[in-house]
Amino acid sequence: MKYKSQKVAYWFFALSMLLLFLQIVYGFIMGFAHMGYDGLHSVIPFNTARAVHTNLLVVWLLSGFMGAAYYIIPEEAENELVSVKLAYIQLITLALVGVTAIVGYHFNYWEGRKFLEIPRPLDYLVVLNVLTFLGIILVTLFKGKKRTTTSLVLTMGLVFAALLYLPGMVWFDNQTMDSFFRWWVVHLWVEGVWELIMGGILAFLLIKITGVDREVIEKWLYVIVGLTFISGILGTGHHYYFIGVGKTWLVIGGIFSALEPLAFLAMALFAVSMYRKGEKKHPNKIALSWTLGTAIVSFVGAGLLGLAHTFPPVNMYTHGTLVTAMHGHLAFWGAYGMIVFAIIAYTMPNMTGRKRYDSAAGAWAFWLSNIGMVGMTAAFGVAGVAQVYLERKVGMDFGDVQKEIQVHFFILICCATLFTTGVSIYIYEFIKYGRPTDEALEPAKATGSVTT
Amino acid sequence: MLSKSQARTFFLGGTIATFAVFLGLSWTSMSTEVPKRTHEENLTPQVINGKRIWEANNCMGCHTILGEGAYYAPELTKVYERRGEGYMKAVLTSKTPWAPRGRKMVAYAFSDKETADLIAFFKWIGEIDLNGFPPKPDLKK
Repeated sequence: MKYKSQKVAYWFFALSMLLLFLQIVYGFIMGFAHMGYDGLHSVIPFNTARAVHTNLLVVWLLSGFMGAAYYIIPEEAENELVSVKLAYIQLITLALVGVTAIVGYHFNYWEGRKFLEIPRPLDYLVVLNVLTFLGIILVTLFKGKKRTTTSLVLTMGLVFAALLYLPGMVWFDNQTMDSFFRWWVVHLWVEGVWELIMGGILAFLLIKITGVDREVIEKWLYVIVGLTFISGILGTGHHYYFIGVGKTWLVIGGIFSALEPLAFLAMALFAVSMYRKGEKKHPNKIALSWTLGTAIVSFVGAGLLGLAHTFPPVNMYTHGTLVTAMHGHLAFWGAYGMIVFAIIAYTMPNMTGRKRYDSAAGAWAFWLSNIGMVGMTAAFGVAGVAQVYLERKVGMDFGDVQKEIQVHFFILICCATLFTTGVSIYIYEFIKYGRPTDEALEPAKATGSVTT
Repeated sequence: MLSKSQARTFFLGGTIATFAVFLGLSWTSMSTEVPKRTHEENLTPQVINGKRIWEANNCMGCHTILGEGAYYAPELTKVYERRGEGYMKAVLTSKTPWAPRGRKMVAYAFSDKETADLIAFFKWIGEIDLNGFPPKPDLKK
């Protein structure tokens, strides 16, 4: 850690871990409900659990991204954050808005649009909160000594993410229009600007961990984010096949979303080759595992499993089935969950001064969570394919099909238990690190990037 | 070999070009396709209120519509055609959880007006041209 204000990141990461844990709890509620054990139905019906599960995901990832930005921007721009106090206020309000929304979902207070359930009045608070965050980041960046490509790509991702929240705040009478613009938020976030955020964090980690020259890493960063946007923007079309817009989208969406894995493939090749090229001297092996892991698992989960059902003739059958849940779980975990885990694993020793980065527990956390998530993906996949055949091909009734596939949810819960064990170990390690301290500040080096 | 500035040009150029095409296609969809395919002339206040009720209760948290939502309860795009008004009315007005094969739905006990609005909404949804979705089960005997 080079700047005192970077410590703010710790609290964003702590919030992130807390919300992740809650997300998993609600995931289990849904898993059991799918198996037929819905004892909580009167208190937490499925639609509540579902809204809580996905919204907690979004908030813990955003909190992780924000923490990452608060750590990375000072170091890259060589400047303390302009206001630490404002950053803490932003953290607390983010937590409050998030908690209010989640509690509201238990009392039928929401806007029932998948992923964007936060009710409109709270949307305005989210906007205010994000503007505060962006203000701190942008002023820090522009008052800083340097504007590196890494920091610019990360900031650009965050600014666009904020802008793209707005189309989701418009009311449409027409369900087709509603859905059309909902994807401007959801798709252009996760298959667009979030990849910029991921790319920026990944580039920062690779620069730090591999020691490869910044110019080389940042050149490839541009190529990756270029591929992301070229494929991802028109790839939005894969959500427009069957919602009431024209056939042009079948062609455009089919072609461009088939190109989307390229960005993730590039990211995986990039991370692995930079690691090979690098010095392999950095002691933080856990951070390295998560960094390479995120690049590879995102390629499989987001890239390949997305490709598996993105062509219109396939998607015609898989659209709106558990096949989507199969892709969704490994994609979000690989691309966004793991990048947050990577930046936390890298920054914790730097912020707390405790060098716990070669512990066996850290390796267990990595392997258990990943094996668990791969197993969950397989369970969703088998359930999804069975559902597609029985319901969409054979024409069995929805409810009969659900009875047939219940057993896969037992496997899902077993694998989810492994996953949860891994994540719990990770959170336990996070807690064991303790609080960040100014004593962890690196002394200014004569040859380093800190100017005297 | 590719230089950093060439890489930047690739990123910015590619982004601007694809985004321009995306905006153009979106405009075409909104201005010409959507009104026709969704029969916008049938979008009565009753249908719109049905959509409001649909959202206010997060029906998408269990069901899918146009294939979008959660996978806990049936796809409802063609529910009007599949079940008919009588069945829908029974489910929507039920004061105890509707639970086919044990899987429970929240008992919303909607009023007659709310029920009529929701049914109008589903009827309108069912008439949208969805490029063939949901598919006809081709292995059905």
